[in-house]
Amino acid sequence: MAKLRGTGIAAVNYPTGMNLGGDPSQALIHATTTGTFVISLSSTDLGQGLKTVIAQIGAETLGVPFENVLIDTADTDTGPHCMGTFASRATHRVGNAVIMAAQEARKAMLEVAADELEARPDDLDTDGQGNIFVKGSPDRKIDLVSLALAAHFKYGRTISGRGMYIKPKSDVDPETGKMDPDSTEAHACSVAEVEVDTETGEVTVLSIKSAYEVGRQVNPALVQGQITGGAFMGMSHALYETTAPYYPSPDHAPGSFQEYIIPGPRELPEIESVVLEYPSSNGPYGVKGVGEMTANAPIPAIINAISNAIGVRLTEYPVTPEKILRAIEQSPKLKS
Amino acid sequence: MSPIEPKHHIVGQSVPRRDGIGHVTGQTVYVDDISFPDMLHLKMVRSPIHHGRIRSIDFSEAEKVPGFVRVLTHADVPKNIYTILCLIGVGPDEEPVLAVDKVLYKGEPIAAIVAETEAAATEAVSRVRLDLEELPAVFDVEEALKPDAPVLKHWGTNYFVYEGHHCRRVRLGDVEKGFAEADVIVEEVYNTSPIEHAPTETTACVAKPEPNGRYTVYTNTQALFFTLDNTALILQIPFNKLHFVGGTVGGGFGGKVDVITEPIATLAAMKTGRPVKYRYTREEEMRVSSTRSAWRMYFKDGVMKDGRIIARKVISYADSGAYNRHTPYAVTKHAANVAGPYAIPNVYIDAYCVYTNRQPASAMRGFGVTPASFAIECQMDKIAQTIGMDPWEIRFINAYRNGDIKPHQKVVEDATLIEVMQAAARLVGHPLPERLMQMNSWDREKA
Repeated sequence: MAKLRGTGIAAVNYPTGMNLGGDPSQALIHATTTGTFVISLSSTDLGQGLKTVIAQIGAETLGVPFENVLIDTADTDTGPHCMGTFASRATHRVGNAVIMAAQEARKAMLEVAADELEARPDDLDTDGQGNIFVKGSPDRKIDLVSLALAAHFKYGRTISGRGMYIKPKSDVDPETGKMDPDSTEAHACSVAEVEVDTETGEVTVLSIKSAYEVGRQVNPALVQGQITGGAFMGMSHALYETTAPYYPSPDHAPGSFQEYIIPGPRELPEIESVVLEYPSSNGPYGVKGVGEMTANAPIPAIINAISNAIGVRLTEYPVTPEKILRAIEQSPKLKS
Repeated sequence: MSPIEPKHHIVGQSVPRRDGIGHVTGQTVYVDDISFPDMLHLKMVRSPIHHGRIRSIDFSEAEKVPGFVRVLTHADVPKNIYTILCLIGVGPDEEPVLAVDKVLYKGEPIAAIVAETEAAATEAVSRVRLDLEELPAVFDVEEALKPDAPVLKHWGTNYFVYEGHHCRRVRLGDVEKGFAEADVIVEEVYNTSPIEHAPTETTACVAKPEPNGRYTVYTNTQALFFTLDNTALILQIPFNKLHFVGGTVGGGFGGKVDVITEPIATLAAMKTGRPVKYRYTREEEMRVSSTRSAWRMYFKDGVMKDGRIIARKVISYADSGAYNRHTPYAVTKHAANVAGPYAIPNVYIDAYCVYTNRQPASAMRGFGVTPASFAIECQMDKIAQTIGMDPWEIRFINAYRNGDIKPHQKVVEDATLIEVMQAAARLVGHPLPERLMQMNSWDREKA
């Protein structure tokens, strides 16, 4: 009848992109006469914020304000092909496609501005505030709406760009398993602290503290969203979730959230993280990917923490109170 | 090499997400918000048993339900047997859109009923009389591989065949030589459970016939063209007859890359000439839709007293449930990663994709790597305990460095495992020996 505390760690890598490649994505950009740059895609935002992140990458490369970039997705009649949002691939693949499209559109934009400002395109730059100006003469400038109107009505030119990204498909050697399964790898280390009630078998996760390295963060708040959500999902996998509570028996399959237990706000531990940035060589602005990996270090960190607390190694999840009480019965540490 | 300095205007800024207000105030339009005045609803007749032969199906009472429109069976589906990864060359086809003469899992779709209302469709489904002959079922991955197990697949085995092999293999060095040279052998078996994606928004689509002869499909798939292509192949219609609209999904986690609702809803729209909605209940989402695979992983490591792991052998079994879905591919990804972010000179991995009479598993966030990371990191603690070493130190000693060769023979390029461990130790205020704090991922000499 005690409450025992334990600490556990886990360190992981996670690969970016569809295993073995062969997963293309395209992007098309065009400027309307409102000064808006429309990025047409067929990519899906699962709630993680892809539309926001892709608009940031497009705005950065174009050199225009975030507010002037609109994401048009997802429609197979108007958006070019995207393999889909999975495998921690979307920001990496779609971001690269958008950079390529935005570079072409930026070139067209600067050529029209050069005619209007009577300068050479090489002498122009964007201020990120919606203007194109002559380097060294910031007063000689043109705003995006005037530029878009001039391109369309005066010069008869489009401001547009095409982009695509593919890591070519590779095969596995069936004998040795030689293969190229990823574009880059992100990393994480989690430290979990738990308290185990030896009478009820109940585990309270006190904290999950992690360091991540995900290449360039396009939007740190959205990266944080993935890390916090993933820590909670990891805790839920480690302690609660299963569709087969007595696996491999298929009996007692849950059919609702009354039976399929997921922790709520009361169970939310202290979640803290730091993010290091080491750019990848092939991601947009050095992006790696943080979509999938964020439950992977918390699960073993929590289970190692429980093992540390009770002195018995646990080897399966979810670690339910029943499993903990059975493990405690075997614990030399707790018997003595 | 050191962390990069921000030098961009917008990349690196936490600008507020554009759809956030819509999501939290209930103004975002999701697929289930879409409806049309003459829209029909589809519900599925499902297998009540885990494994059996279909003797006969009697729809006569169902047809009497007010609002009943029609039933669809396997005979209505142009290419009924499919496998979604055929688009990247994975085969053979093995899953029926609607069961033909047998069922392999409880909840397997047998016939679709289309009715004027969801309630009428549900009522009609409940009145379908199934005459099934129950067969022995197998639920354990190792039981399924035994010679006397019921055979689930037409090719005569209960495992996926990888280029002539019964599992995905990875081989580096000589693992038996490594075990012979090791001071200690550390063995353990790790198990994980099937897990539900539990998205806020359940799987749903609406298929609508258009006056121009095309079909618009509103869907919450994670992969629009992938789903369109598979739907066209199943229905044997030109790709450009289909127009898929989506892009806003209330949680996917890998549960919405199976192509399950769209082909049958589109077929129902073709057969009735009316829009058809097919949405999963929460119960269907939990008991019928794909789960994360359960895994069983046998680890055997050869370790030196100084902490170096010199050999690792892993035999893994993924429980694919009754059909492929994405699991054959997850097993390959698992095999590529189950040695972990550690430099181990001798590695031997056999990873099996095994069929059982369970609701199919498929993709889920972490795709074969989540169970691997769990097993690897629990095993690292067990090794540390076995040889009396600190759990931090065992990881630093074995951490892979840039320039190392992975078991699948790719050169490590973007390693920062040591750096994240150092940062985590600082974050929690755990003092590490100076020797470990001086290590880095680019220079093994300091190790």
